[in-house]
Amino acid sequence: MFLINCPFCGEREQSEFKAGGEAHIVRPKQPTELSDDEWAEYLFMRKNIKGIQFERWNHAHGCRKWFNMVRDTSNDQIKAIYKMGEKPPVK
Amino acid sequence: MSNNLRFKTSKLIDETYRVSFKFNNKKYFGFKGDTLASALLANGIHLVGRSFKYHRPRGIMTSGSEEPNAIIQLHDNSSRTEPNVRATEVEIYEGLVASSQNCWPSVNFDIGGINNLLSPILPAGFYYKTFMWPASFWEKYEYFIRKSAGLGKSPKVPDPDIYEHKYIHCDVLVIGAGISGIMAAKMAAKNGFKTLLVDEKSYLGGSSIYDNSEFSKINNQITSSWLEKEINEISKLENLEIKTRTSVAAFHGYNFLLACENLTDHLPINQRENKVRQRLLKIRAKKVISATGSIERPLIFDNNDRPGILLSSAIKKYIDLYGVACGENNILFTNNDTAYETAMSLIQRGIKVNAIIDNREQIDSKISYEVEKNNIKIYKGYTVVDTYGYRRINKISIMKLSKDGQTVVGDKTKLNCDCLGVSGGWTPAVHLFTQSGGKLKFREEDQVFIPNIYPSDQISIGSCNGDFGLEEIIKNTLSSIKKFLDIDNSEYKTVETISGLNQSKRNIWLLPSDKSIGKTKSFVDYQNDATAKDIKLALREGFRSIEHVKRYTTTGMGTDQGKLGNMHALGIISETAGTKMGEHGTTTFRPPYTPLTFGTIVGRNVGEFFDIFRRTPIHDWHVVNNAEFENVGQWKRAWYYPKDNENMHQAVQRESKAARDSAGILDASTLGKIDIQGTDASEFLNRVYTNAWSKLAVGKCRYGLMLNEDGMVYDDGVTTRLGENHYIMTTTTGGAANVLGKLEDYLQTEWPELDVYLSSVTDHFATISVCGPNSKKIVSKVIPDLDLSDEKFPHMSFKNANIDNIKCRVMRISFTGEHSYEINIQANYGKSVWEKCMEAGKDFNITPYGTETMHLLRAEKGFIIVGQDTDATLTPIDLQMDWIVSKKKYDFIGKRSLYRSDTIREDRKQLVGLLTENPEIVLEEGAQIVADIKKSPIEMLGHVTSSYYSPNLKKSIALGVVKGGKNMLGQKLIIPMENKNINVTVADPVFLDKEGERLNAKL
Repeated sequence: MFLINCPFCGEREQSEFKAGGEAHIVRPKQPTELSDDEWAEYLFMRKNIKGIQFERWNHAHGCRKWFNMVRDTSNDQIKAIYKMGEKPPVK
Repeated sequence: MSNNLRFKTSKLIDETYRVSFKFNNKKYFGFKGDTLASALLANGIHLVGRSFKYHRPRGIMTSGSEEPNAIIQLHDNSSRTEPNVRATEVEIYEGLVASSQNCWPSVNFDIGGINNLLSPILPAGFYYKTFMWPASFWEKYEYFIRKSAGLGKSPKVPDPDIYEHKYIHCDVLVIGAGISGIMAAKMAAKNGFKTLLVDEKSYLGGSSIYDNSEFSKINNQITSSWLEKEINEISKLENLEIKTRTSVAAFHGYNFLLACENLTDHLPINQRENKVRQRLLKIRAKKVISATGSIERPLIFDNNDRPGILLSSAIKKYIDLYGVACGENNILFTNNDTAYETAMSLIQRGIKVNAIIDNREQIDSKISYEVEKNNIKIYKGYTVVDTYGYRRINKISIMKLSKDGQTVVGDKTKLNCDCLGVSGGWTPAVHLFTQSGGKLKFREEDQVFIPNIYPSDQISIGSCNGDFGLEEIIKNTLSSIKKFLDIDNSEYKTVETISGLNQSKRNIWLLPSDKSIGKTKSFVDYQNDATAKDIKLALREGFRSIEHVKRYTTTGMGTDQGKLGNMHALGIISETAGTKMGEHGTTTFRPPYTPLTFGTIVGRNVGEFFDIFRRTPIHDWHVVNNAEFENVGQWKRAWYYPKDNENMHQAVQRESKAARDSAGILDASTLGKIDIQGTDASEFLNRVYTNAWSKLAVGKCRYGLMLNEDGMVYDDGVTTRLGENHYIMTTTTGGAANVLGKLEDYLQTEWPELDVYLSSVTDHFATISVCGPNSKKIVSKVIPDLDLSDEKFPHMSFKNANIDNIKCRVMRISFTGEHSYEINIQANYGKSVWEKCMEAGKDFNITPYGTETMHLLRAEKGFIIVGQDTDATLTPIDLQMDWIVSKKKYDFIGKRSLYRSDTIREDRKQLVGLLTENPEIVLEEGAQIVADIKKSPIEMLGHVTSSYYSPNLKKSIALGVVKGGKNMLGQKLIIPMENKNINVTVADPVFLDKEGERLNAKL
C-alpha cells in the first residue's frame, strides 16, 4: 500500500485516495468539431505502460483535491507529485 | 509416554508440568512447552495424516511453519474447530483435542488409500483430462469430485473468538528473532531507532538458541549461551518492542506489512474467555530488516514420504529443544554438513545413529571427523534409492552414485532404521522479500536464490540472505546493519566465531534410482502428492513456464505453498529442459506466508459492524411503526410498513392506493444533496446537465439528467435555484458520493476557471415528501404561514418557510405524478416535522409509504430509476427522453457521444412500457424479452427492468429495454419463463395520467 504525499495534506495512506486514470488528457474545447474517430481517441484511448506513467489521483477521503502523480508501474515507485495545471517535473 | 524417547532438556520444556491432550480420540501426555508434533513424537507417533491425492500415510516431516504433512483438524466438532493447522506450530495445553484429516475411517486404515494403488492411472492433470467429456456428465462427476476435494472440515457455527486489528508505526521492523535478528534489533534499538522485533515462534533465538555444540562458539562461549545473554540484554531495551508468536503474513510495497499476533491459542480453552485471540498488525515501518532464516531442503528419491522421514534439522530441534528422539535407530541422508550436527546431537544423548548416507565423495570438516570417531559408518558418494514400511519407515536401500551423479552403480545395500533424517542443504526464506517486489539472483555454487534488488528501504540478513556459516552470518550482519542504519557504533566489539562446519554440498535435484522414473514415487510436493514423474510428464506434454507446470501438477499449491519442494521442482524442470536454473525465475510468492484465519482478516468488522449503516433522522419512527427496511447503498431505507400481518404485496397495494386517493408520506432524506455556490454556478450546471439552466429563475426547480462523457445516463435529480448564485442539487441515493466526485473532477481539472464551490449536505437535511390530492391541506396545516396557492407556489418551485421558527425549504416537486411537496429541514428536526405531518394528515388517512411503493408510483408514471431501468448502456435518446437534451447548448458532458455512429443506431435497446396479455400476471424483473421462440437460438431482444401490479390501474405494468423498441409500439412480444411463455404488448412507458391532470389539478 502506497504512502502518498498529497500536495495539500502531506503523507497519507493509499486507502484515503482514489486513482483517476491517465493524466494530461485535455477535454477538447470544441467536441462538436471533432470526427467520431477524434472523439473516440479522447474518450477511449488510454495508455497502459509498464514503466513511467502519468496519473491523476484524488484525495477522496481527505481534502477531495485532485492532483497528478508520476509512477513507475513496474515497481510502484512514485517519482513525482504535482498539482493540477502544473507541468510534470520529470519526463 | 514412551520414556526412552524423552530426554532431559534445560530449554523449552517444563518436565514438572504434565499436559494431557487427545489425538484421534486417544489420550496422550506431553509437557508444557511441547508442540503437538513434539508431544506426538515423544509418544512414538509419526503417522498423523494422509496425503491429499493418493491417501498415503504421512508423518511429521518438519518442526516449523513449512510443515506439509502434519496438518490436522483442531478442536473437533466445536465452534472453534479449525482445519489445516500445522501440528508443528500448535503449542499443547491441557485438554487440547485434535484429529487427522483426509482419512476415513481412520488414519491407520484409510479406504482412500486405494488411490495409491490406482496411482498409475492418476497422473498429473488427471481431473482435467478425464472429466472433460461428455460435457453433459459434469453434473454427475461434480458430486464425487467435490466430496473428495479439500482437506479438513470448516466450522459450521459462528466463531466465538474475538479478533482485532492494530496499526503500528516504527522506525525499524526486524522480522525473525534468530541470531542475526537479535543482533540487528539490538543495534537498531541502542542507536535510538524505535524498533519492533517479531518472531513466529513462542521463544526467541531461532535455531541458535538450542545450538549447544562444541563445534560452534562465539567469543569462546557455546552459541546458545552467548545468545541467551544477548536476549537478556535486549529484553531490557526501552525502545525495542518484542512480539513472539507473531508471524508476518504479507510484505507489501512502501514497507507496509501485515502480521498476525497469536495471543491465546496456547492457553487452555477456559482461560481464553473475553480475550482477543488473534490480532492483525498493520505495520508501517521506515526500515525493514528481514532475518527470516532458511528452510532445510528435503531430498527427492523414491518413496521419500514415509512416516519417520524427517528433515535432519527437525530431528536435531526435537532432541535439542524439546528433548524428544524421533527414532531409536536413526539414519541420516545428506548432501552437506548439516546432518552431522544432527548426528552429534543424537550421539551425545546416546541415541543410536546407524549410518550416514552422504551424496558427497569427499567430506572434509571437523564435525564429520568427529562423527566418524564415534564409529558411525558414513557411506560416501551414496544415495538412498528406496524406502520400506507402510505406516512407518523400517528399511532403506542405498546404492553408489556414478561420478556425474546421474545414475546409480554397483549393488544395493539394505539398512534398517525407524527414522530417516534428510538434508538437501538450505533454501533462504525469501518469501517476504519477494512479496515486497524484491528481485532475486541465483547463486550457482550452492544453487540458491538470494535477494538482489531491494524495492524499498529494507535489507535481508543472515541465512535468508544466503549466509549459512556462523562466521559469515555474524560478520555480514554487523557490517550490513551498520551501513543500512548509517550508524558508527555496532554495539559489538569483537565477535570471534568457531564453526566445525564446512559449506560444501553436492546438489542433485532428483536423485537417480535403479528403477525407471515411471516406476518411482519421488515426492516434490508432499501435501499435493506431486512427484518428479508428474513434473517430467508436464514438460513432455509441452508445458514450459514454471507457472504453468505449477498449476498443471499442483506443485506448491497446498496450504504450505511448497515451502519445501518448490526449489526441487525448479531444479527438475531446468535439468529436464536443459536450461539454466536462474533463467526460469521462481513462481510468484504471494501473501500470506502462512495461512491466516478469516477472523484475523475481518477483525472487529463482524455482524452489525461488518459495514457502516446510514440511518435517516426519521429512522426511529420507522422502526416503531413496524417498517421493513431495505439496504440502498449504505442506507437503511424504509421499504414498506406492513399492517395486521400484511405481506409486502398487500402493504404496497394499500400504500400506493392511499397515496393516489388521499395522501402519502415518504422519507426521502437519503437523496444526495449537493450545495452549489459561486458566480459561475449556472454555467456549471449548463455544462453538467443535458438541459439548459441559465434561464431558470430564482425560486424555481428543474429536473436534470447527467451523462457520462460516453453519452450514457449517469444520474438524475431535481436542482433548485435558491439564489442568484446558489443552487441545491439532489442526486440518486446511491449515486451521491460519485456525483460529487465527478463534479469536483470537472471543476478542478477541466474548468478550474469557473467560480463554483460544492459541498455535500446530504446529512444536513431531512427530506419529507407529502403527496396526493390532500397533500396541500396537510402541508397548509403544518406550515400555515405559507401561501400554497397555485399562483404563488406552482409546480416546480421553491419557498423558504418556517415551522415553529425553524427554517425549512419547501419544494413543490413530484416523483409520483401527484400534487406533492418536499419539506427539507435541518436534520435534527426531521422526526418532529414528520410527526407533525402525520398528525396533520390524520383526518386524510395519511399513509407512510416506503421505497417499494415509491417505485410502483413512479413506474405508473413511467419515471426512470437510474441504476434500475438504466445500466450505463442507455443514452437519454434510448430512454425516449429526447425532450431533456438541449439542442441549442454548444456543449455539455456527453453531448458529442450522442451522435457517434454507435449511439445513433436505430436498433439500440430502448426503454418501453410492457403490458401483459393477462393483466393479473406480473412479470419478473430481469426476465428476457424475445419475439420469436421458434428460432434457434432464440434472439434476446432485451429484458424487463421494472415490474409491478398497479392497484390504481388494476393491472400489471412493466418497463423494459427492447432492441428497436421505440418503433414497436403495439407489437406483441414473448417473455419465456421456466414453465410458460408470457405474452406482452409493447406500450407507452407512461401508464397513468399522461396529460398530468393529477399534478395540475385545482385542489
